[in-house]
Amino acid sequence: MLDTARIRADFPLLRQLENGHRLVYLDNAATTQKPEAVLGAIAEYYRTNNANVHRGAYALAVRATEAYEAARASVARFVNAWAPEGVVFTRGTTEAINLVAASYGRANVRAGDTVVVTAMDHHSNLVPWQILCEEKRATVTMVEITEDGRLDLSDFGRALERRPKIVAFPYVSNALGTVNPVAQLVRLAHAAGAVVVVDGAQSTPHLRVDVQALDCDFYALSGHKMLGPMGSGALVAKPALLDAMPPYHGGGEMISRVWDDHSTYNQIPHKFEAGTPNVEGAVGLAAAIAYLESVGLDRIAEHEVALARSAIERLSQLDGITLYGPREHRAGVVSFTYRDIHPHDLATIVDQDGICIRAGHHCAQPLMRRLNVAATARASFYLYNDRDDLDALAGSLVKAGALFGYVSA
Amino acid sequence: MPSRARSSRPERCLDTSRPEPRLSALYQELILDHYRRPRNKGVIDQPTHTMALNNPLCGDEIDLQLQMEDDVIKDVRFIGRGCSISQAAASMMTQIIKGKRLTDALAVADRMSAMMRGDESAAQDKTLGDLRALAGVAKFPIRIKCALLPWNALRDAVKP
Repeated sequence: MLDTARIRADFPLLRQLENGHRLVYLDNAATTQKPEAVLGAIAEYYRTNNANVHRGAYALAVRATEAYEAARASVARFVNAWAPEGVVFTRGTTEAINLVAASYGRANVRAGDTVVVTAMDHHSNLVPWQILCEEKRATVTMVEITEDGRLDLSDFGRALERRPKIVAFPYVSNALGTVNPVAQLVRLAHAAGAVVVVDGAQSTPHLRVDVQALDCDFYALSGHKMLGPMGSGALVAKPALLDAMPPYHGGGEMISRVWDDHSTYNQIPHKFEAGTPNVEGAVGLAAAIAYLESVGLDRIAEHEVALARSAIERLSQLDGITLYGPREHRAGVVSFTYRDIHPHDLATIVDQDGICIRAGHHCAQPLMRRLNVAATARASFYLYNDRDDLDALAGSLVKAGALFGYVSA
Repeated sequence: MPSRARSSRPERCLDTSRPEPRLSALYQELILDHYRRPRNKGVIDQPTHTMALNNPLCGDEIDLQLQMEDDVIKDVRFIGRGCSISQAAASMMTQIIKGKRLTDALAVADRMSAMMRGDESAAQDKTLGDLRALAGVAKFPIRIKCALLPWNALRDAVKP
């Protein structure tokens, strides 16, 4: 396990009291807290290097541009991208996927075509494809999950028989914690002639990602889920695909030459980065990556898997807890329900003990329908969480049981 | 391992908490009773007014049906799922408005909203009946929308 006391000391927000209690932050699948190193990097950027990038002829603007491009190189290294120009900065995973749908999708999907998604996709890897298919009169086909919350591989095979143009799925499910066998799914999808879009929002922060080894075509990630600032993120793609794609947003920076009635476009990745970019976001994301690498992604993954295992053990001991998701091949996300106590009631009750958990449909309504629940409670872990946090959660859940007349506190 | 940020500075605990609202006031026996044994749950065959509302943020659902004769709510039923607060509020609401003239039912809706804004006199108002057990919700701002969901369904259902 990691030295969580030492790690927590780097996170100012975690020193706060919440409702008079030590803050127990267990909603890391929603967003993560930021270490001093990230806060400092953002402040430092504005204090010393701020100027518009790729424009000014003066030294300050050159420094800003260098900081921005260094951040791109850092993201590229972190996920082993094909090349730095295959990294397009976006507002996050959602925008990255929308970019692929609006650009690659519009150019390549035609009436009668199929786009394959899965029943465990976040709305951000589902709704953009629905919008695309509605416009193109194409079909969205959803791959089912098994009873224990894994992707149903035989249903995946059936979906591929439709020779889809695009296959989209998450690396890690935000609601169940399932870790999908991405390399295997990519091989199958490629054999069926599809390009593959991987939602990396929940994987990039928590395990070592190598997009070249996965061989997917597009990979989307969010900075704020990996200690970086909100509004930072990237689309990582095979450069040849990006090169052939039409632009996404029009404006400054993305052009080469502009005439009265038409324009030519800049090289990738700039072709997809219209307007002044979120430089502080990129700089903060690079600082987050440096922090994560100093701890070590393998150690973080190990820590979280151990925590998830302990959490499942602890919660199983409480009478009336139902756990969702697979036992094996899972990340640090634990979804559960507790008797007839609605997850929102649970979240309100444990909040009084300073514990933050998520309650709701986790932006995965098709999944909730399959689990036959309206909502679940979800605890999700990161490098600063430890077994004390699990003890706090378990203790607070007992309190919830008492309030609802099940157990004596 | 990342270095400790400015370890020379003394550790400071910021207490941002509000005074702790009482959970026992929120989850009273009466609320749990309505949650577990909802009154008037079900469907009306030929309703004159219906409204399905959900809270997209948390997924609470209320599907309300009314049987109006002239200006009187002859029958009211609901189906729905969600947290104890939203479902108990719906159950209590149907009890109170059944048999009332619409204008009187909407007046109760206004008193309910006032109670959720923390209006003490509304919380004492006998016209609110069992709903007064929900007065504690006012102390939990993010849960107020749960308690008001069925009332918003009522207002929308009878909108001309």
